[in-house]
Amino acid sequence: MSTAARAVPPLAAVARRDEPASAATGGPAKIRAEQLDFYYGSKRALHGISLEIQPNVVTAFIGPSGCGKSTFLRTLNRMNDIIPGTRVEGRVLIDGDDIYGPGVDVVGLRRRVGMVFQKSNPFPKSIFENIAYGLRINDMAGSKSELAGRVEESLRQAALWDEVKDRLHESALALSGGQQQRLCIARALAIRPEIILMDEPASALDPIATQRIEELVYDLKRAYTIVIVTHNMQQAARVSDYTAFFWLGSLVEYDRTDRIFTAPSQKLTEDYVTGRFG
Amino acid sequence: MKELAFRVVALTVLFVALAALAALLVDIGVDGAGRLSWDFLTGFPSRRAANSGIWHAISGSIFVIGVTGVLAVPVGVAAAIYLEEYGTRSKMARLIEVNITNLAAVPSIIYGLLGLGLFVRALGLGRSVLAGGATLALLVLPVVILSTRESLRAVPKSIREGSYALGATTWQTIWHQVLPMALPGILTGLILALSRAIGETAPLITIGAVTFVTFAPQSLSSAFTVLPIQIFNWVSRPQADFQANAAAAIIVLLALLLTMNAVAVWLRDRYQKERQA
Repeated sequence: MSTAARAVPPLAAVARRDEPASAATGGPAKIRAEQLDFYYGSKRALHGISLEIQPNVVTAFIGPSGCGKSTFLRTLNRMNDIIPGTRVEGRVLIDGDDIYGPGVDVVGLRRRVGMVFQKSNPFPKSIFENIAYGLRINDMAGSKSELAGRVEESLRQAALWDEVKDRLHESALALSGGQQQRLCIARALAIRPEIILMDEPASALDPIATQRIEELVYDLKRAYTIVIVTHNMQQAARVSDYTAFFWLGSLVEYDRTDRIFTAPSQKLTEDYVTGRFG
Repeated sequence: MKELAFRVVALTVLFVALAALAALLVDIGVDGAGRLSWDFLTGFPSRRAANSGIWHAISGSIFVIGVTGVLAVPVGVAAAIYLEEYGTRSKMARLIEVNITNLAAVPSIIYGLLGLGLFVRALGLGRSVLAGGATLALLVLPVVILSTRESLRAVPKSIREGSYALGATTWQTIWHQVLPMALPGILTGLILALSRAIGETAPLITIGAVTFVTFAPQSLSSAFTVLPIQIFNWVSRPQADFQANAAAAIIVLLALLLTMNAVAVWLRDRYQKERQA
């Protein structure tokens, strides 16, 4: 199945493995991709990706631009479905169920697998309404007080409550870039997902705002399974427990973060993490 | 040097265009301002120019535009939502799209012939307000669809993704996020489309809007006339007094149009401010 990997000799050993790359020991995987191929029209963007992601850890996807890390991330909550002309082959299992299987409820899937985007995208509404939206459309808050409670809880989880508690009904667009991104995280947390996908969540932020996001990621992993795409290798090293290195649409190496950065088994990984290319 | 020459040419052209428009307005103002009075606005046509009013035409225009709006707005907006949000991938949608673009360029008198054949004769609506409004609705439908699609397309993809990522369905995303953001643009397009309809004459003459009615429309099946037709009727008379009536009616029509456009601008500004606040 993984034919295209042959174009890149160093990858072949990894990509042809029958067993998904499993970096963790023990425990059933939260997410398990099996020979996942992805196409934009006729262009193949992912080549036979297989890996297992453990619950309650932070897993980072690194690699140069266009390596497929974001595309792969977006297959995990079927966000690519809304792009016309895309196609998926292979399987993605979450808690053992194939999310690309027949009759899967995509809306329900996205409720379980939240997402935070590269560019913060608050709705042009009040701070309160940004959080309440997900609760309302999913019928998750029966009464007004319950709704308000869930909004506060989410904002606290995202470490934003103290900054916005006096202006909940002001426009979310008046917040700073870093606050907007934490609002988007709070919005995702409000509907209590099991997994949170983050697509370069701090790439547009200044160092201080970035640090706050990273601290947040670290805190959140106790309750959630987090997958974070980043082009910043220091960030991956700081926040993640496991790191997957993608190159040209293939998974090159997947291991504990400290091993990826100190003793990678692939020459390509070593060249990338030491800054020789990318 | 070239820069300066271009600026001079551009300014001259602009001035000529504005001067022509100003001359027209002044001419009409001189001819018609004297006829404008409360009696003129609330009166009905008469064989004597001095006794004539235009209430029948004003109310006829309002009735017809009301029908046009009620028919064209829901259908046009719904069609645009389908094409933009649901049908973008299908060949069928692309075929429809090409046809709509073409329809927007079809001369209005052709719509008049369609209205005559379909509404007046086949559906037996007669030369009524309903038939007139329906004909104009067909006329502005392509414009409504195109401008609504344009507004929907201007809503950033990131907003849709943000909504989908929270477990929203396509309809929830459209209803709660996309439509509110697109609303100012949609409203502006709607009002501009309706102000095009209010100035249309040819299709209504084709379906047989009467030029001499002495009453305001009472119901959707009433015979009617509209401002442009009344103007056309008076302009074609030889007596100078009726020409003055025509000029005064033109002022009223222009005022109506400018008011509608002003409302469009006001709505757009208001919603834009709301969004940025």
